[in-house]
Amino acid sequence: MPFGNSHNQLKMKNTCEQEYPDLSKHNNHMAKVLTPALYEKLRSKQTPSGFTLDDVIQTGIDNPGHPFIMTVGCVAGDEETYEVFKDLLDPIIQDRHGGYKPTDKHKTDLNPSNLKGGDDLDSNYVLSSRVRTGRSIRGFCLPPHCSRGERRAVEKLSVEALAVLSGDLNGKYYALKNMTDAEQQQLIDDHFLFDKPVSPLLLASGMARDWPDARGIWHNDTKTFLVWVNEEDHLRVISMQKGGNMKEVFTRFCTGLTKIEDLFKNKGHSFMWNEHLGYVLTCPSNLGTGLRAGVHVKLPNLSKYRQFEEILKRLRLQKRGTGGVDTAAVGGIFDISNADRLGFSEVELVQMVVDGVKLMIEMEKRLEKGQSIDDLMPAQK
Amino acid sequence: MPFGNTHNNFKLNFSVDDEYPDLTKHNNHMAKVLTKEIYAKLRDKQTPTGYTLDDVIQTGVDNPGHPFIMTVGCVAGDEESYEVFKDLLDPIISDRHGGYKATAKHKTDLNFENLKGGDDLDPNYVLSSRVRTGRSIKGYALPPHNTRGERRAVEKLSVEALNSLDGEFKGKYYPLKSMTDAEQEQLINDHFLFDKPVSPLLLAAGMARDWPDARGIWHNENKTFLVWVNEEDHLRVISMQQGGNMKEVFKRFCVGLKRIEEIFKKHNHGFMWNEHLGFILTCPSNLGTGLRGGVHVKLPKLSTHAKFDEILTRLRLQKRGTGGVDTASVGGVFDISNADRIGSSEVEQVQCVVDGVKLMVEMEKKLEKGESIDSMIPAQK
Repeated sequence: MPFGNSHNQLKMKNTCEQEYPDLSKHNNHMAKVLTPALYEKLRSKQTPSGFTLDDVIQTGIDNPGHPFIMTVGCVAGDEETYEVFKDLLDPIIQDRHGGYKPTDKHKTDLNPSNLKGGDDLDSNYVLSSRVRTGRSIRGFCLPPHCSRGERRAVEKLSVEALAVLSGDLNGKYYALKNMTDAEQQQLIDDHFLFDKPVSPLLLASGMARDWPDARGIWHNDTKTFLVWVNEEDHLRVISMQKGGNMKEVFTRFCTGLTKIEDLFKNKGHSFMWNEHLGYVLTCPSNLGTGLRAGVHVKLPNLSKYRQFEEILKRLRLQKRGTGGVDTAAVGGIFDISNADRLGFSEVELVQMVVDGVKLMIEMEKRLEKGQSIDDLMPAQK
Repeated sequence: MPFGNTHNNFKLNFSVDDEYPDLTKHNNHMAKVLTKEIYAKLRDKQTPTGYTLDDVIQTGVDNPGHPFIMTVGCVAGDEESYEVFKDLLDPIISDRHGGYKATAKHKTDLNFENLKGGDDLDPNYVLSSRVRTGRSIKGYALPPHNTRGERRAVEKLSVEALNSLDGEFKGKYYPLKSMTDAEQEQLINDHFLFDKPVSPLLLAAGMARDWPDARGIWHNENKTFLVWVNEEDHLRVISMQQGGNMKEVFKRFCVGLKRIEEIFKKHNHGFMWNEHLGFILTCPSNLGTGLRGGVHVKLPKLSTHAKFDEILTRLRLQKRGTGGVDTASVGGVFDISNADRIGSSEVEQVQCVVDGVKLMVEMEKKLEKGESIDSMIPAQK
């Protein structure tokens, strides 16, 4: 793939018009923002590691649009991408994250004691609870751009850090490339195994290169804390369990994350973070907290209620099928999670999920009895 | 994607051991040749356009092997790739092309009059005849590496050249991105339409970027001469017709190619060619003539004969199903074509097909009558 310095210089011999992509059939955030004038301004630039404008936007050119989702259409190759290409990325971030301004500050709050309630969601309705986020290791390029050496270094550091965890976080690392059949089957059964991406959105950005080299899955013995290494981000961290005790899930999440962060810092590597964008991740949609907290919850009546979508919107929540993004709900069971990522803290986002799901279960119970829920309708949060 | 100059220099901060790909589960030509030593020697090099070693080998790293075919596992990004990375590519070329030496000279012969016979293959057996090759336009990077501007320039030049053809070559260009539904349907029915590659071999090499921008199909009114623009190579040129008159197919092929070449030369963009490698194409398997001359022929009896594969080997031919590479034959009908690409000329390769198919049809007739073909088994060509 060609997009480095020399070839970028060579490209400059062609006019902007000759190089500007045809976005006439496109519908993603990048296509909405990238005018020829903006392309002209940014096309000669590169980050210190050599990531260029065409590198940023290639996935959005190759994938004109998704039928259900307004895709972002661009990725970062390193921490500096968000600075060097801010003229493109700031408007995209603003569009995607509800008007978040280039001058805004994002707050991080990973103190679980600040969460009110959340330990008593009705387990007759809430089947499981989960919180996930991503983290990038400062000093290394991101998955679309990293070399094998960098990826392996991230794996090595991660495995070393995770090996120190103890107590209920004591666990084991399973490298994708030397997993036994038995281990693989177990991880599939646990719904932990991630496989080589097939989504053209991910493939076009280059993050599947050299698969499965330096990719792996770590989880604790009790299977409630899980870390993916070198999938779409350097690290994806997941806390999960059956039932409705989101407080416990979030506490483990925060504790585990903080411990991992300390371990990395001891090795001289912090997580990519700044006070404007919060945690820096590969996809601009995951900036800020990178956090998706959600439950699988039975809402057969509410989900058919004519104002279901409006309720979700007001509560700042989104619905997905139980297979995750892009799937349909089965048996009236929905995956309900926070819609926001940036501009709210982790505690605030989980609080919205906890409060919102609690309210929706009350609504479900009312509807079961054939009662009205008009008085329960929330205001826009 | 990261593989240019700056990021390549960055990578040099990591040791060879850190960056050398894990090829332990691989079975392709690149994996057989690329030792750590060669990797160490070539990893700091780049072509004038910025194509690097990792660019060359990425497809082979991402695609460990094909169950039926020994894949090449590397591609060129420009004409200079074959020079800058000769320490890797020469052994691969030698392996793939029957021992072709680094010092050997390749001869080009597109004089159709030098073909003996070939106008009388029995149409009761030979259903159709076809010759294809590829051409690269000097001065532009190849499909794994080119920019949108370069790809569009290749398209523009190609369309100009093709639109100037007359007589039996008079035709029309159909760009993929502005094809009507009716045109698309017709091209599918004619078996002319090529679509966005799905093969991971091609995708990993980057040649599907910006699809369908600057890709298209040109064909003459008689539908006997067809050109693909910007698929796996800059140009793929195909001459074909029903029946067994390979001489006519080859004549049209040579005449058409020469005319196109003249027009490109007038614009100071001849075809990439040198006296060692012949015509330069994206995949090292297509060097030399880049020619595949073949027929669809009914050989239900011969194909089940114990010595069928041996006969093909001796005749320097190969079999495929009628869907092309990777397909199975249907109803005893096979695609029989030349096995060689480099080290013999176009005329010589088509001669092998003509003579070999003639012999095999005679064998088929003998077997139909229950007679032996032992006396007809050829010596190794």
